[in-house]
Amino acid sequence: MSGRMTQTVALVTGGSSGIGRATAIAFAREGAKVVIAARRVNEGEETVRQIVEAGGEASFFQTDVTQAVEVQALVERTLERYGRLDCAFNNAGSGKPGRLIELSEADWEQEIAVNLKSVWLCLKYEIPAMLRSGKGAIVNMSSQGGILGVPNYGAYAAAKGGVAALTRAAAAEYASEGIRINAVSPGAVETELWANAPAGMLEQVAASIPLQRVGQPNDIAEAVIWLCSNASGFVTGQNLAIDGGYTTTN
Amino acid sequence: MKNLNRRRILSIGGLGFAGAAVTLAGQAQGNNQNPPQPMQKMSQNGRFADKVVLITGATSGIGEATAKLFAKEGAKVFFCGRREALGKQVENSIRSKGGDATYMRADVRKETEVKAFVDACVTRYGRLDIAFNNAGVDYPPNPIADTAIAEFDDLMNTNARGVFLGMKYEIPHLLKVGSGTIINMASIGGQRAFANIVGYGASKAAVIHMTKMAAQEYGKTIRVNAVLPGAIDTAMLERVERDWKVTKEQLVSAYPSKRVGKPEEVAAAVLWLASAEASYVSGVAFNIDGGGLG
Repeated sequence: MSGRMTQTVALVTGGSSGIGRATAIAFAREGAKVVIAARRVNEGEETVRQIVEAGGEASFFQTDVTQAVEVQALVERTLERYGRLDCAFNNAGSGKPGRLIELSEADWEQEIAVNLKSVWLCLKYEIPAMLRSGKGAIVNMSSQGGILGVPNYGAYAAAKGGVAALTRAAAAEYASEGIRINAVSPGAVETELWANAPAGMLEQVAASIPLQRVGQPNDIAEAVIWLCSNASGFVTGQNLAIDGGYTTTN
Repeated sequence: MKNLNRRRILSIGGLGFAGAAVTLAGQAQGNNQNPPQPMQKMSQNGRFADKVVLITGATSGIGEATAKLFAKEGAKVFFCGRREALGKQVENSIRSKGGDATYMRADVRKETEVKAFVDACVTRYGRLDIAFNNAGVDYPPNPIADTAIAEFDDLMNTNARGVFLGMKYEIPHLLKVGSGTIINMASIGGQRAFANIVGYGASKAAVIHMTKMAAQEYGKTIRVNAVLPGAIDTAMLERVERDWKVTKEQLVSAYPSKRVGKPEEVAAAVLWLASAEASYVSGVAFNIDGGGLG
């Protein structure tokens, strides 16, 4: 494989579907060896299968990114198999709607754990691996939910806003040691979750976006690839909206 | 009201928003609706072959670096600046390497010259695909009461009104093509309120605002983004060192990366924002500053 990322090892959490899968495939297209972490074995292995079938190299390690021991093991296994870690896309996350006054304490803790603590755990174990080679690039998954005031996603929004703040802090902490850390904030992206959307919903959402379309997983994947590439060598601590201009309207 | 409606749409059943956010909830099953693109060898060369790029203020610094990088990637580059000798030099430099570039003298403070420049680009190359409204000026620092009105006016006229004029005359050509993208030169100084540069800061803040407005007004056809450089190794930075009586080391000490950026590093961001890879990125104010201040 040739491309911008030969000799590169990239880790993608939540690589079993949607944006994570698209990004894992894009990393492989650019020549990177890709480690895919996710909870769902079949779907994670399917991402590996698609990469290998196209001539790329990838491995799947089942991981729950809310568990420190599992994230630690993920990075250790990556180093054992490929010898280094250059890029990471801390993408895994989930969001459950609910009015704030109806959220249980467990709901709140789950949202924060899956979306925010998980990113910190990934940073905690990825950064030392990157410091070994003196260079690295990390992209964290935030969301327009962390920028806008969207009702019924308070815990999710708090976590995603937290990811943006964590990204800035982490970037400031490790910039002088050669590690760049940025975030992406997608708007509406057409993934499997749209399969159950009411008829016309997609069009209705698209109409509210300046570019008049919803995003595709590959729109986000290409931004992650660029933020991990040498071309973005002076970019760190940023939270890049990939939303067709939607956040400018709010 | 429009915004309220939009927000309501995004919150219906959590779905519009969830589509954005919950892409990897772990519960979703089913076929991938968006099959990944086939793996292809990506060529860094010729990414902009057949594209016509217009750049204001490309006789030096970031503009020059961006003109050269676009030309290297196969674009036809039509650029302006006030200093003719430098313009010819940049043009010759690009042509000597096999690139296609044309310099025309134009001052972005003058409406007739901006219009003539944009029209001449289309006459020369037949169309317009990408515009980089980059021209800008700076003045030595002063507190507001000591700032000369002529300096403030010149900053607003060049940095803010010049970008407005550029967009005003570029947009009809981009609409004619039916697609296109604009990148406006802002600055970290338009995002953070640094003391003693009232005209510069205000002009660059205006650029960020105009960028977001343009992204909404022409969203369906034209993507519009702004770049916000920090301390970049150009003649402007040398003036800042001289006028502010600071060293490069002092200037970059507030930035996490602790180094000055290269003009080529800003150019790389401009090219990415102009590329198909960024086809869903619009209305962003994108820092290229080594982190942290933004």
